[in-house]
Amino acid sequence: MDILITGLLLGGTYALIAMGLNLQYGMARIMNLANGEFLVAGGFAAFWFYTAGQVSPLLTTFIVAPLAFGLNWLIYVVMLRPLVRRAKSHGQLEVDAILTTFGLAFVSVGIMLALFGGDYFSYSYLARPITLIGDTYGLNRVTAAVAAVIICGGLWLWLNRTRAGMSIRAIAVDPKSARLVGIDVPKLSALAFALGGAVTAVGGALISTFLTLDASTGVMFTLKALVIVIMGGVGDVRGTIVAALLLGILETFVATLIDPGLTLAAAYLLFVLILLFRPQGLFGRRTT
Amino acid sequence: MSMTKSDWQSITLSAVLLAVAACLPLTGDAYMLSIGITIAMYAVLATSWALFSGPTHYISLATAAFFGLGTYTTAIGIENGLNYWVTLPIAAILGAVLAALVGLATLRLSGVYFVIFTLGLAELVRQVVTWGQNVSGQKGLYVLTDITEVHIYWQLLVLAAIVYLTGWAIGRSRLGFALRIIGDDEEVARHSGINTSRAKILLFMVSGATAAVVGSMLAPRYIYIEPALAFTPMLSFLVVIMALLGGTGRLWGPLVGVIPFTLLWEAISASFPNQTTLLLGLSFLVIVYLLPRGFVGLIESGKRKMREREAFA
Repeated sequence: MDILITGLLLGGTYALIAMGLNLQYGMARIMNLANGEFLVAGGFAAFWFYTAGQVSPLLTTFIVAPLAFGLNWLIYVVMLRPLVRRAKSHGQLEVDAILTTFGLAFVSVGIMLALFGGDYFSYSYLARPITLIGDTYGLNRVTAAVAAVIICGGLWLWLNRTRAGMSIRAIAVDPKSARLVGIDVPKLSALAFALGGAVTAVGGALISTFLTLDASTGVMFTLKALVIVIMGGVGDVRGTIVAALLLGILETFVATLIDPGLTLAAAYLLFVLILLFRPQGLFGRRTT
Repeated sequence: MSMTKSDWQSITLSAVLLAVAACLPLTGDAYMLSIGITIAMYAVLATSWALFSGPTHYISLATAAFFGLGTYTTAIGIENGLNYWVTLPIAAILGAVLAALVGLATLRLSGVYFVIFTLGLAELVRQVVTWGQNVSGQKGLYVLTDITEVHIYWQLLVLAAIVYLTGWAIGRSRLGFALRIIGDDEEVARHSGINTSRAKILLFMVSGATAAVVGSMLAPRYIYIEPALAFTPMLSFLVVIMALLGGTGRLWGPLVGVIPFTLLWEAISASFPNQTTLLLGLSFLVIVYLLPRGFVGLIESGKRKMREREAFA
């Protein structure tokens, strides 16, 4: 029971990060391998504001989100749109996007190393115990998970109830047909990409309240987010949330019962099973 | 398989270059030899990487996993009384098996899954090895042999020759032809009766086995190995950059990227050790935006322009 709830709390935060990547990969069709670096940058911002001015990480998210949104929008328009135009096929775009975002990931790690050094950073925020159904948990974990749920819910409503959200989902299904019904694909792709970056950075600010980060941990989060997105089905919001919770529970399970060093191995095991048995994702339909 | 005149020319040229390279230790300069080993190592890794990733456009980030597997095979083998030379073929087989397993899981699907999987593979193997060592209470392994740097260098040159010959043979075989079609359009390849997964997995096995043998050969150089050293992810990224910088369209392409980049990398890591990550990132961006076909593409478009100018003159 203890493991289950800790896992769910962790999974809630994972859902937020994976949601960010899903907006970028599922909707904007860019495999962003620099996703985890934005998470770490969000974490750094929260750390910096908290240690310098005692600003609550929850408030920091309101600064982090627009900054990350703007930066990601710029990255999309300046660096990725030329690649989208240049690509002759989807495969070509994929290779270019992977190499570019990988390059960006290293550049951001390099910049963060130069700015903050290679040390681990952590701070103590809301590190008080809270009792839920007979067991105690860190209040910071619970707060982060609740915030993640609120943001995920908001995103879900936005994607399903607003015109922009539904247009973005249409692009996720078929970018070519989306153009035919008068959707401005280039503009909305940029929007989805920027929004994805903002969501991930907010996730980073939340996760930094209970996890220790350093400049080069980003790639681990990118990997986890990718596993979640693929497991849940690319472009599928519901699947992403379920997959994130599953991964959170599995990781906590492995970390408590076997060895904390094997969390990535656990995620990989799940990934292999999905690839072998349901490559289209948990709720996905096989494309024809 | 008949040989044309130009085939004989390129074989002779390669043999001469190889012989010249083999004379490097005669200079007696230890620093030159150490750079030579690094260049030979990356040349083999990048060329065998390009054998698979060049025609198929599947970017493998798993070189470090195979390399580390080879290093550990040799280290564990020697500790258990095996002869060094016996561990090389064992490493090759293990590398091929690991590649086959990864290929079976991911190569039937689109390229993205493969990239993601290989990105984490080295980290995965590292975690498992670290865990194994924690359980058995052992921290690292000593590799004590009487193999010197010169021996390692010559071994790598021999391996390079084998890789080039293999690449050349594959390029002329049905398998090579099938791979070029897969790279152009996988759908078309499947419709013309090519077993695309089998072709991709076979070639990935060649690439994985080679990287594992390189790891084995380098093990005596390290003397003491631990997971963080053997499975360093940086190795995978460097191999990708060097191969793409040189260009994967030609067999000799990666070599053109390996030599300048190794020298640049050595210089940068010596004077600005903290900026290597930044350099790595910038190299990726330079490749995508400025050199999408590598130096090979640059050389060939230069040649074409020369020919056109001659034609007009």
